[in-house]
Amino acid sequence: MPRPVRDVVFVDGVRTPFGKAGGMYANTRADDLVIRCIRELLRRNPQLPPERVDEVAIAATTQIGDQGLTIGRTAALLSGLPKTVPGYSIDRMCAGALTAVTSVAGGIAFGAYDVAIAGGVEHMGRHPMGEGVDPNPRILAEKLVDPSALVMGSTAENLHDRLPAITKERADKFGYASQVKTAAAYQAGKLQPDLVSVATRDPEAGWGLATVDEAPRETSLEKLGTLKTPFRPHGKVTAGNAAGLNDGATAAILAAEDVALELGLPIGMRLVSYGFVGVEPEVMGYGPVPATEKALRQAGLTIADIGLFELNEAFAVQVLAFLDHFGIADDDPRVNPWGGAIAVGHPLASSGVRLMTQLSRQFAEHPEVRYGLTAMCVGIGMGASVIWENPNWKGDK
Amino acid sequence: MSAAISNPNEVVTRALLRFVTLPSRERAALITLDNGFDHTKPNSFGPAGLASLEAAIDEAVAAAPKFIALTGKPYIFCVGADITGMPLLTEREQALELGRYGHRVFKKFKDSTVPTFAFINGAAMGGGLEVALHCHYRTVSSGAAALALPEVAIGLVPGWGGTQLLPNLIGIAPAAQVILQNPLTQKTLKPAQARELGIADEIFEPADYLERSLAWAEGVVDGTVTVIRPEIDRDMWDGVLFFARHQLDERLHGAVNSANKALDLLALAKSSTFENGTAAEDEALADLIMGDQARASLYAFDLVQRRAKRPAGAPDKGLARDVTKVGIVGAGLMASQLALLFVRRLEVPVVLTDLDQARVDKGVGYVHAEIDKLVSKKRLDPGKAAKLRGLVSGSADKAAFADADLVLEAVFEDLGVKKQVWAEVEKIVRDDCVLATNTSSLSVSEQAAGLAHPERVVGLHFFNPVAMMPLLEIVRADRTDDATLATAFAVGKALKKSSVLVADRPAFVVNRLLTRFLGVVTAAVDNGTPIAVADSALDTLGLPMRPMALLTMVGPAVAHHVAETLHTAFPDRFGVSANLGRVVEAGKRGFTDAEGSPDPEVLALLQVGDSPSTADELRDEATAALAREIRLMLDEGVVADARDIDLCMILGAGWPMHLGGVTPYLDREGISEKVTGARFLPPGVANAP
Repeated sequence: MPRPVRDVVFVDGVRTPFGKAGGMYANTRADDLVIRCIRELLRRNPQLPPERVDEVAIAATTQIGDQGLTIGRTAALLSGLPKTVPGYSIDRMCAGALTAVTSVAGGIAFGAYDVAIAGGVEHMGRHPMGEGVDPNPRILAEKLVDPSALVMGSTAENLHDRLPAITKERADKFGYASQVKTAAAYQAGKLQPDLVSVATRDPEAGWGLATVDEAPRETSLEKLGTLKTPFRPHGKVTAGNAAGLNDGATAAILAAEDVALELGLPIGMRLVSYGFVGVEPEVMGYGPVPATEKALRQAGLTIADIGLFELNEAFAVQVLAFLDHFGIADDDPRVNPWGGAIAVGHPLASSGVRLMTQLSRQFAEHPEVRYGLTAMCVGIGMGASVIWENPNWKGDK
Repeated sequence: MSAAISNPNEVVTRALLRFVTLPSRERAALITLDNGFDHTKPNSFGPAGLASLEAAIDEAVAAAPKFIALTGKPYIFCVGADITGMPLLTEREQALELGRYGHRVFKKFKDSTVPTFAFINGAAMGGGLEVALHCHYRTVSSGAAALALPEVAIGLVPGWGGTQLLPNLIGIAPAAQVILQNPLTQKTLKPAQARELGIADEIFEPADYLERSLAWAEGVVDGTVTVIRPEIDRDMWDGVLFFARHQLDERLHGAVNSANKALDLLALAKSSTFENGTAAEDEALADLIMGDQARASLYAFDLVQRRAKRPAGAPDKGLARDVTKVGIVGAGLMASQLALLFVRRLEVPVVLTDLDQARVDKGVGYVHAEIDKLVSKKRLDPGKAAKLRGLVSGSADKAAFADADLVLEAVFEDLGVKKQVWAEVEKIVRDDCVLATNTSSLSVSEQAAGLAHPERVVGLHFFNPVAMMPLLEIVRADRTDDATLATAFAVGKALKKSSVLVADRPAFVVNRLLTRFLGVVTAAVDNGTPIAVADSALDTLGLPMRPMALLTMVGPAVAHHVAETLHTAFPDRFGVSANLGRVVEAGKRGFTDAEGSPDPEVLALLQVGDSPSTADELRDEATAALAREIRLMLDEGVVADARDIDLCMILGAGWPMHLGGVTPYLDREGISEKVTGARFLPPGVANAP
């Protein structure tokens, strides 16, 4: 049966302010964070009848406790979506929410869904990295991968080894720039519109309200140079040139373009292509390079066609590896113009949608840009890259 | 805070002040009430808690934030004044200070130059709702369990501003309903009702209640949200209160001081200044706190809320055996009602047996029909209903009891019949299957005598209607073992009944006392006292039902049967009324008709003497009889102590909470001392110091 492939659009996205593990969300449940996002999406888009949501895909890396129990389904129910709306959980570590988006997008293009919600959550305070993992002993016995592949910071050090042109100074400088750009974006009110306030309870202090990210800090290049390198003595990776351990959630509405138009939903971005690849797990940070090449190839585009980049800053070194590969300057204004994960944080499985939400906002400000890209590296050696088209683009003029 | 009213045992609800940054980057003050425990121990206001709230509001106002909001811990806003501290107040001056202190602190929310909001996130009762009423605006969570001003029910008035603020916020008629009618009928408001009445200005869902409330509050302050309040109609004020007073007199015969005071305060709220109104509240509250009714109410409240949850004399819970299947002997109305109760609460197979299939089918049909009714009233969801229907079955063959863990009999009240039932059942069931009798007056020990395993026989005396009445008298027979008794208590708890352990003495507690009391009344009728005089002689006690109505509800046949049992046991005190026998024989529903007037056909049947009593004589005789009987029961060890008598009479006979049950009334009126030589309760336990 022949059938047309439908265009998929990113309608709207929100996120909670990101907290520091053990910080403002210490007494807040992970599922409540993502529920807050889903409810805010529905509140902001009253044109969308809740029963028209065909799927809720929520990513979490550690799917136990308050991130378990098929969180996509339970979060849908607890958000007040009709019981007829299904949901599921999804995991591709750091690219969880990104994969939730591409998965439901595939379903929309295929015609299985008209509208879907995709998002992610990671409460790294409640679920530290590696909680409950049980690596197969063959990994060591058969030397399938280097043991350092399971420690993300070590893979970043490995990447520095292989790309000696990326010095610690460049990494620190990039980290510092992320803080500066984030502070400027906050000052200009760029980030706040898509932040969902979260009531946070502290049994000793009473209820509070999270309205801004907890991780960004004022710092200086000099200070960054003095930080410890926890993954290797005399190494290069520090808390200043890497994302921290964070708590947060994101969610976005995806829809078939014709359905979005029918319902009067805003169109933030149009999906062009996406690519996932595997790389050597010891240098997982390199993943976005081949992933982006794959996505560009599929779309028939070159890197020169991309006018805006939202690259996840798990580590400065992996972003710099990407920029060097494609011949882009460290301080290219098209890259992470509002800063990135080094400043705001990286609650693993939630981050992909943050990149997309920000890119769609930047598209609105840049009608001269036709294509943008969201990309991230993924643990155990993967890369993920999604290319988007700006609906505000009015042709080459 | 005033040291004069401090309570060393207060569980302090702290007012935690935090300044929060709103999405607009402006600053608001958020005060959280939290006593440090989970929702099973709700927030309340004692003197130290009020001091904490005062410090928080003072600091908040001084910081000049955009607005100040007050909210609670999860599920609980605040359930009002800490009543556990009230028995400590021994001087009127202390009682006055308690009222004044609350007013002083709450008023700061009303007089604040910074806009104040209450975010009623959970249960809000009494003083909890009153502090919210002092705030300039209120939101409520649709998940809040209940909102209420229940003070009148425990002998007090909403004396921290409730009587003055509420009628001026929502109007006198709804206010009278919330302050008077709801407490006296044990009703509370759901959040949607509170919103509809105008108690809350806005309602939000629990999932993002606080976030939405904060955003709404900011909108109110910015003027982007308009709050619409109802217009208060002052012309109807006096009329509404006249009508309310009339209704109360009819129901309670003017016996409840708190209700009368509340009416006076509501009248004052029409045109008084807030200062005069709250001063009057202080005086009223002090009068009530220093009066007997409030103390008796607090005593009764403690019995129902605490003592009933930890029954005196119950064995170790760990001894209880699991009950995974229940057999019920009999499929008549009582048996079917019991089957419905057991299947709803225990959700285990329940099998009814009777002499033939037709009766069994009728019993099962009744249960199924009742389940359907619950579904149509939306009190049961269809899935659960399907489960319950599948669990109820019937059989004409008692072999269906073979794997039951508990068999309850609800057959005719005749010792011979019951003994025959047990002999038959014991051949079928396991040796440790609990055999429970729902007898209202027959000896449980005699029922067990002759069985191979008498240690598993126990009495479970339910009250009619079994779905509604909260009391379960658990009867320990001579040889009942602890495991059986523990199982009985566990079942009682699962059935959501309040269980009281009683000895195997004739008619146990409630029926013995009601029969004694009704016996005096019927004897007076036999002697020629007009029915109307006999029926109203006890009005001053404020009982929920006059004797003749009670007789009709119990049923003349049952009342007559119990009277005969007690007459056999105690012939000197319990008579058998020939006239009651005639009523039973004629198949009448009582001495009076449906409207409560003497039934002419019954009057024609009666043969009465010519020595009528006056109302006063009759009241004195009836209360003296009660005092004497209670003393005998305590001497016989029917219950652990007088508090259990009161618990039984409150929960099983609807004796008013404001009387504290029966013994505080008898003590207070001097009847116990006069008739039995001593009080039942030490002074101060259930009366004013």
